[in-house]
Amino acid sequence: MIEIIVVSTLNGVLYGMLLFLMASGLTVIFSMMGVLNLAHASFYMLGAFFGFEITRRIGFWPALVVAPLLVGAIGMAVERYGLRRVHSHGHVAELLFTFGLTFVIKEVVEMIWGKLPADYRVPGSLDFAAFTLFSSDYPAFRLFVLLVSIAIFLALLLVIKRTRIGLIVQAALTHPGMVGMLGHNVDRIFMLVFGVGVALAAVAGVIAGPILITQSNMAGLLGPILFVVVVVGGLGSLGGAFAASLLIGLVQTFAVAFNVSLADLFGSTAAGEVLSVWLSDIWRVTVAQVAPILPYLLLVLILIFRPRGLMGTRDT
Amino acid sequence: MRNLLTSTALALTVLASAGLPAMAQETLKIGYVDPLSGGGASIGQIGMNQLNFIADEINAKGGVNGKQVEVVGYDNQLNPQISLVQVQKAIDDGIQIIVQGNGSSVAVAVSDFVTKYNERNPGANIVHLNYAAIDPVLTNEKCSYWHFTWDASADIKMEALTNFIKEDQNLQKVYLISQDYSFGHAVAGAAKRMLEAKRPDVEIVGDEYHPLVKITDFAPYVAKIQASGADTVITGNWGQDLALLIKAAGQAGLDVNWYTLYAGGAGAPTAIKQAGLENKVFQINEGINNQGYGPAEERAGALMSRFSDAPVYYPRMFNMMDMVFAAIEEAGSDDPGDFIPKLEGMKHDSFAAGDEGFMRADDHQFFQPLYISTLGALEDGQKFDEEHTGWGWKMAAAVPTESTLLETTCEMERP
Repeated sequence: MIEIIVVSTLNGVLYGMLLFLMASGLTVIFSMMGVLNLAHASFYMLGAFFGFEITRRIGFWPALVVAPLLVGAIGMAVERYGLRRVHSHGHVAELLFTFGLTFVIKEVVEMIWGKLPADYRVPGSLDFAAFTLFSSDYPAFRLFVLLVSIAIFLALLLVIKRTRIGLIVQAALTHPGMVGMLGHNVDRIFMLVFGVGVALAAVAGVIAGPILITQSNMAGLLGPILFVVVVVGGLGSLGGAFAASLLIGLVQTFAVAFNVSLADLFGSTAAGEVLSVWLSDIWRVTVAQVAPILPYLLLVLILIFRPRGLMGTRDT
Repeated sequence: MRNLLTSTALALTVLASAGLPAMAQETLKIGYVDPLSGGGASIGQIGMNQLNFIADEINAKGGVNGKQVEVVGYDNQLNPQISLVQVQKAIDDGIQIIVQGNGSSVAVAVSDFVTKYNERNPGANIVHLNYAAIDPVLTNEKCSYWHFTWDASADIKMEALTNFIKEDQNLQKVYLISQDYSFGHAVAGAAKRMLEAKRPDVEIVGDEYHPLVKITDFAPYVAKIQASGADTVITGNWGQDLALLIKAAGQAGLDVNWYTLYAGGAGAPTAIKQAGLENKVFQINEGINNQGYGPAEERAGALMSRFSDAPVYYPRMFNMMDMVFAAIEEAGSDDPGDFIPKLEGMKHDSFAAGDEGFMRADDHQFFQPLYISTLGALEDGQKFDEEHTGWGWKMAAAVPTESTLLETTCEMERP
């Protein structure tokens, strides 16, 4: 039991941190620009494929730096020449634009790298067991991913709380109109934030690619869960996104670990007999089976009971 | 008035000439209804490639009964509802031969639809050729005169696999992990039933179901397998669900034997190589590369060099199309109503090694030799590696056709 709890905690935190790397960019973009960037997960995919390609040619360490920079540059170009033009037509147009972008990126990736998973491997220098917990090894690369995510989180926090840029970004989160009135170049801030946001997603792609899968449908797998993180965490709150990411990571991994069903909980009681008839369909379904649905259940509950999210600063 | 007449006449001529090629029926069209976009696209595209390859082969020899074969793709996104729309579309395009394989839920829906369509439209004679869906209901409760399947059903494969596993004296604890849909339950159910009968001393320490193609990180599942103390895992997982599971297991250093139905599928060999599970992952199927059978090596080699970015193929699809073309030529007609009787009971030397298999008329299940193999570094004399990994499949056991025969409960309604 202890084994499961310790391993699940480690796995849950790791998955949560990966989610956070992606969601941090998304939540900042969403709250500043009001754009729900549906293509965010696609930039994560681009990061993974760029990482794969650069790793193959130069090595993993350069890839960790170069791939996010490239993706960030693409992101800024998309913002400058795409989103900004569409912006004047309202939010629906922006939404459609990013929606279309997901397909474009996916098709381009399929054209270049095909539909089969890419052979993206853990770099040799990190391909060993960091430590052995009970009977299972904990891979060094996973530990590395954990450390990178935490380092980025701290750096992001520092930039937002302690620098002038951070001050403006924070202001723009709560009072976007006023920041513009004060003479700041809001357009440029937007472009920068968009670039940094997608670069973070790309970092997640470079380091998650070898652990998870590097395939042209990887964006589709992670996309929906990102929106759950953003909504549960609360609009414009990095702390909220952090908490929500960890929460979802842990909920999902722990749910998988337990085989408890309604039948186990109430089976022997008198009420159990009645319930088993009424709930026949879900009576024997275990928590493990519904694990992947739990984040969405959380999303619905949060929207009903606390629409501004865990740590949201404003409603809209 | 004269202008109107001329233009009408002109329009009619154009219409008539446009209609001519369709009327003449110089081509034999085959509708391929499988995922060509979305999560299943990688496997769907492989089938499409192979079907096109087979069509080009036969066309180069002059076609079937003098007709050129044309493959038309219909994207069903691995969704039963969309599949029915696409099958209808294919029928509207004048197609009578539907090839579909991926997803047992899809296959059951398509088979049902085709059967009902034929009942309501006598003479329509649409046939469903299934090359991959192996839920046993397709050849038992829900069997149909208009459905033929070329892959061994989950029960047959599990019967052969458990016969092989039961010889392993180190086997003590088995963990079952499956996708949470009809096929996954069929596989896990058969494994449990057969292991209990053949090796009552073996303990089944886990019976896990996870959602179909929704999981990105299998580490929690692997931790659970690890904690259960299992020495063997049996899984029916396919596609990314298998690749990701194996990958996570490799990272956690999970030391078990894997018995799978689809480790040969796209992406899995890459994952097995990455995880370093040499000779730990077993698969059962109807043929592998490196069986040293000349005709198969030549044909598969040509296919793999043509599609070098996805050098994967299904031996059973060669069996299927070779038999169907033979039946059409024997019947002298490409109307399924005419060639189905020829297909029933037809004997065929299987693609992979030339051993004989046959199409059982009772349930339209093709029985063929099956092979159990493991993936490892290429040895001397092995020509083919998988997905450019440098590792290839190595034979562990061969199951002759006679040992794969299972009873069927099918009560087929014949027109």
